[in-house]
Amino acid sequence: MFLRTALLVLKKDFAIEVKTLEILVTTLFFAVSCVLVFSFAFVKEGQAPPDAAAGILWIAIAFSGTLALGRTFERERYAETLRALLLAPAPRPALYVGKLLGILVLLALDALILVPLIALLFTAPLFARPLLLLLLLAGGTVGFAAVGTLFAAMLIRSRTRDVLLPILLYPITVPVIICGVRGTAALLESPPDETTAVMWLGILFALDVVFLTLALWTFEPLMTE
Amino acid sequence: MKKSFVPLAVVTALLFVIAPILIARAPYESEMLLIQKIFYFHVPSWVAMYCGLLVCAVGSIWYLFKGNRVADRYAESAAELVLLFGLNGLVSGPLWARKAWGVWWQWDAKLTSALLLWLIFVAYLLVRKYGGPGSEKLAAAVGIFGAAVSPFVYVSVNIWRTIHPKTSVVPDIVKNPAKGFAAPLLVSMLAFVLLFVLLLMVRVYLAAHQDALDELYLAHED
Amino acid sequence: MSFDGAQDGSPDFDSVRLVDASRHFGRRRALTKVSLTARAGDIVGLLGPNGAGKSTLIGLLSTIVAPTSGEVRFGNQLSRELGAALRQRIGLLAHELYVYPELSARQNLTFFAQLYGLNADAVVTPALERAGLGDRGDDDVAGFSRGMRQRLALERALLHHPRLVLFDEPFTGLDDSAVRVVSDRLRRLAGDGSIVVVATHDLDLADGLVTRVAVIREGRLIADEQASTGLRARYRSAIGGA
Repeated sequence: MFLRTALLVLKKDFAIEVKTLEILVTTLFFAVSCVLVFSFAFVKEGQAPPDAAAGILWIAIAFSGTLALGRTFERERYAETLRALLLAPAPRPALYVGKLLGILVLLALDALILVPLIALLFTAPLFARPLLLLLLLAGGTVGFAAVGTLFAAMLIRSRTRDVLLPILLYPITVPVIICGVRGTAALLESPPDETTAVMWLGILFALDVVFLTLALWTFEPLMTE
Repeated sequence: MKKSFVPLAVVTALLFVIAPILIARAPYESEMLLIQKIFYFHVPSWVAMYCGLLVCAVGSIWYLFKGNRVADRYAESAAELVLLFGLNGLVSGPLWARKAWGVWWQWDAKLTSALLLWLIFVAYLLVRKYGGPGSEKLAAAVGIFGAAVSPFVYVSVNIWRTIHPKTSVVPDIVKNPAKGFAAPLLVSMLAFVLLFVLLLMVRVYLAAHQDALDELYLAHED
Repeated sequence: MSFDGAQDGSPDFDSVRLVDASRHFGRRRALTKVSLTARAGDIVGLLGPNGAGKSTLIGLLSTIVAPTSGEVRFGNQLSRELGAALRQRIGLLAHELYVYPELSARQNLTFFAQLYGLNADAVVTPALERAGLGDRGDDDVAGFSRGMRQRLALERALLHHPRLVLFDEPFTGLDDSAVRVVSDRLRRLAGDGSIVVVATHDLDLADGLVTRVAVIREGRLIADEQASTGLRARYRSAIGGA
């Protein structure tokens, strides 16, 4: 029942998104703009500092992720369909998981474009340890989206949701960003510093567990008005 | 207000009178000289801030799951005190840093992680202020996540940036009371924690009266 | 239509009761000490001006809004004792319609049917026919008129044959013939043993449809009685006199 509900919500979000691709296209465009804007800040004489690629990658993911979160829940707010979901006899945390999976798919597609783009623009050896990079990206996006989905869902009732989402999301997800950036930066060294990357990965997964547990635990009481 | 308030206030006042005397008599630290005395103000501020963080988190959990209004008052009041004591620490920290490292802000691990946690609780208060009806619940979530993320903030910032030259200064001082730093520090800490408790009591008292006033407004309309 | 959902073991009830239920938002009072009972077969008309607290009351009955004080009882049990399965028994048509404009009518109904654990193949096509959308089922809801959306939303709310049927302004945007169809539908639901609660500000439509009238104003229940003709005059006296 739990998994079936989560997958139903995911399938529904997918059906909406494939019709227009609106969130995917706008999010990607925004992510690429972020990369360019930050390039102008960091690149000097055709060279960026060695760690810049890692920072820009994660900032682009975090910023475009916020955009995707806002838009995804705007769709549930427009005709108050989030309430209709909450009225269904399904376990409510399953709705959270369904929405979370949708955001994760979007962020994964986001990263799929961003990583090669940044590797190309900054001649960064991002693919030196593909598995570790993949795990860092997975751990980072799960942590970011776990908090983001919960907060975007609860802010749906608030008039000031557009402002409050980034205000709440960024301070709380700073450890996720630090782990992601430093882990990725460790991989960019030559030779890649695997020990450091694995250490950051460990902290990241511990964070994911804490965030997911808390979110599943608080979703139901947070959603009752 | 509770009966314990007045004796507690007297004890706190006494401690705040004794502390400066002890601090003045404490030996000068060999490298930092006078500026080291900020320490007796700086560290207790953080201790009080973390007390606030803890009270806010427990109050938030209590409110979210039990719907207890009193718990919400404690959470809100504690968050405001996090703001106050955190500001204390954030102002006194750079004063020290200027003298110790020659710059106001050095992205030192302890100071940076404290700043991040402080920001989370500023966000908590922003939600309460601008979130509209029902924002107490949203704020409770921020309080819970803020407390849960605090060890991670500390660990990650610490690994990212460890240049705090005094990483072990607190345990050192407590372990070696002979140096004469421990007594004034402990008295200052106790004074700040008691001050925190007193302010919390006053603020909760005020919140309870605000609620009572709201009730009266509602009753008046009947 | 009959109650074929009983075998799934979700809690059933034949009355729903508010006992001194209040809901405050800070200093704003949405509902104050409302006590109201609705039984199977009733069509309760919830009347009152805009902002009177009708939607909050519907929210309390749908379990989506929790009371600040007082209780909501389904049969003899409190909503929090019954849990998620209780929602299998509640259908809500709210003002905001609860359908995805980006999806087609069929996709909307299929999604919600599956969410309620129903056999979508069996229930969706008949529901589209009843909504008069048999030939528009695969068009996006975004292109529908308010009336078409309203009819679709109505079918969505009733897909799972709820025991408690809650309608918030169900006649908005409907033409006369559609209003008659919806009214007949409500009577049939009540006749089959549903508890129907209709919030509306339209007295003419409520007159002759509802079996009981509850008037609320500024969050308070100011009248609760058996319906009879001449609703308009009595509503005026209840509202105007206060």
